[in-house]
Amino acid sequence: MSIFLTIVRRDIGLAVRGGIGSLVAVVFFIIAVALFPLGVGPELNLLTRIAPGVLWVCALLATMLSLDSLFREDYEDGNLEQIALGVLPLEAVVLAKALAHWITTGLPLILCAPVLAVMLNMSTNGFAVLMLSLLIGTPILSLIGTVGAALTVSLRRGGVLIALLVLPLSVPVLIFGVGAVEGAIFGLGARSPLMILAAGLVAALVLAPVASAAALKMALE
Amino acid sequence: MVKRTKKRAGWHFLANPARFMRFSRVIFPWVAGLSVLTIVAGLVLGLGVVPPDYQQGDAYRIMFVHVPSAWMGLFIYGVMAVSSAVGFIWRHPLADLVAKSSAPIGACFTFICLFTGSLWGEPMWGTWWVWDARLTSMLVLLFLYLGYIALHAAYQDPTKGARAAGILALVGVINLPIVKYSVNWWNTLHQPATISKIDAPSIDPTMAAPLMLMIVGFMAYYATVLIIRLRAEIASRRIRNLRLAQVGA
Repeated sequence: MSIFLTIVRRDIGLAVRGGIGSLVAVVFFIIAVALFPLGVGPELNLLTRIAPGVLWVCALLATMLSLDSLFREDYEDGNLEQIALGVLPLEAVVLAKALAHWITTGLPLILCAPVLAVMLNMSTNGFAVLMLSLLIGTPILSLIGTVGAALTVSLRRGGVLIALLVLPLSVPVLIFGVGAVEGAIFGLGARSPLMILAAGLVAALVLAPVASAAALKMALE
Repeated sequence: MVKRTKKRAGWHFLANPARFMRFSRVIFPWVAGLSVLTIVAGLVLGLGVVPPDYQQGDAYRIMFVHVPSAWMGLFIYGVMAVSSAVGFIWRHPLADLVAKSSAPIGACFTFICLFTGSLWGEPMWGTWWVWDARLTSMLVLLFLYLGYIALHAAYQDPTKGARAAGILALVGVINLPIVKYSVNWWNTLHQPATISKIDAPSIDPTMAAPLMLMIVGFMAYYATVLIIRLRAEIASRRIRNLRLAQVGA
């Protein structure tokens, strides 16, 4: 357990010491959301209608942005090999890395989301559910992301490939995330999509580390 | 079903590439002949003999290509997942090759399914594309195929590429039902049933016959192309080994 926490703390420390670099995902999120009114026009009714979807899609893309560096640096400087040789199973290492990734990218996105929702004139009865759905959904994205990052870690140009691998897999997260927010706004109830999201999180917690660890083992051979 | 049991019986037998080469040479003319015969018969029956639909007229005839290719798109992904698992667990060399060689064929079938569906949709629904649940999940399936092919191609070392892509295929096959289910749910929530597919609950037996012929034909076609691709893969691997041996010597 202490090794697990050490990895988490180390990864967060590395990200924070990167200065503005650690905020890239959030800055991307804000800019991408800000592009939508420029693209579709500033009409408030339209923005109200599309706000949940825009916020969720941009959060998804922002999470994707920082995945490439999840294992890459550790793989290239040999740290990953050292960690793999240690007592902690690789699956747990993946979980620790995913947790650190979520704390440095997912959490800031959730904190930013309400501000952006105000800017998009989103209906206020969706705010709480928006944050809650992101709170459950973004860890799934980080976990699915570890699979893509692990599969491409030994490739020189894996960055673009990750998006191709991971985006189709994250379709359900997007659907139920937006479904929950819209359910809250239109009074259909957000309970069932949120529960399905939570079930997805449990499944991803169990399955994603296994797949990622298998991919990492292959990369380390 | 028959196909799978046959494969299981030949599982270890075919692990030896030389044996596979001999075996495939024997069965190749048969599957190729079967696919040509059934596809020609299915097309002649479907396009010429079967009467037009009372609602859709002649436009429904695209079904004889559309439905089998949708079927094949899903079936081949299943084959890829099963053979990836076999390749991953037992390090069966041929299973990896089956998965790799199937991917472009499956992607083509999925694309044909989407393309013909779009052509069918225009006269029926008045639009080339609707975000119907089935269309959307087939589109995601196409993306999964493309991701698999891209990942496999990105690796220099084919055995590593096979393992990485195999992991992706297995993750994808777990995810695919979830995608299918979530897209269904999404569609019923978002889209009012303004454009509903014209239902054909009971298909007329005269129409079912060409459809069955086409499905058998597409299956045999898949087997034919798969054999060609596998033989090419084995030959190219052999050439690679010979080259490496030459360099080593």
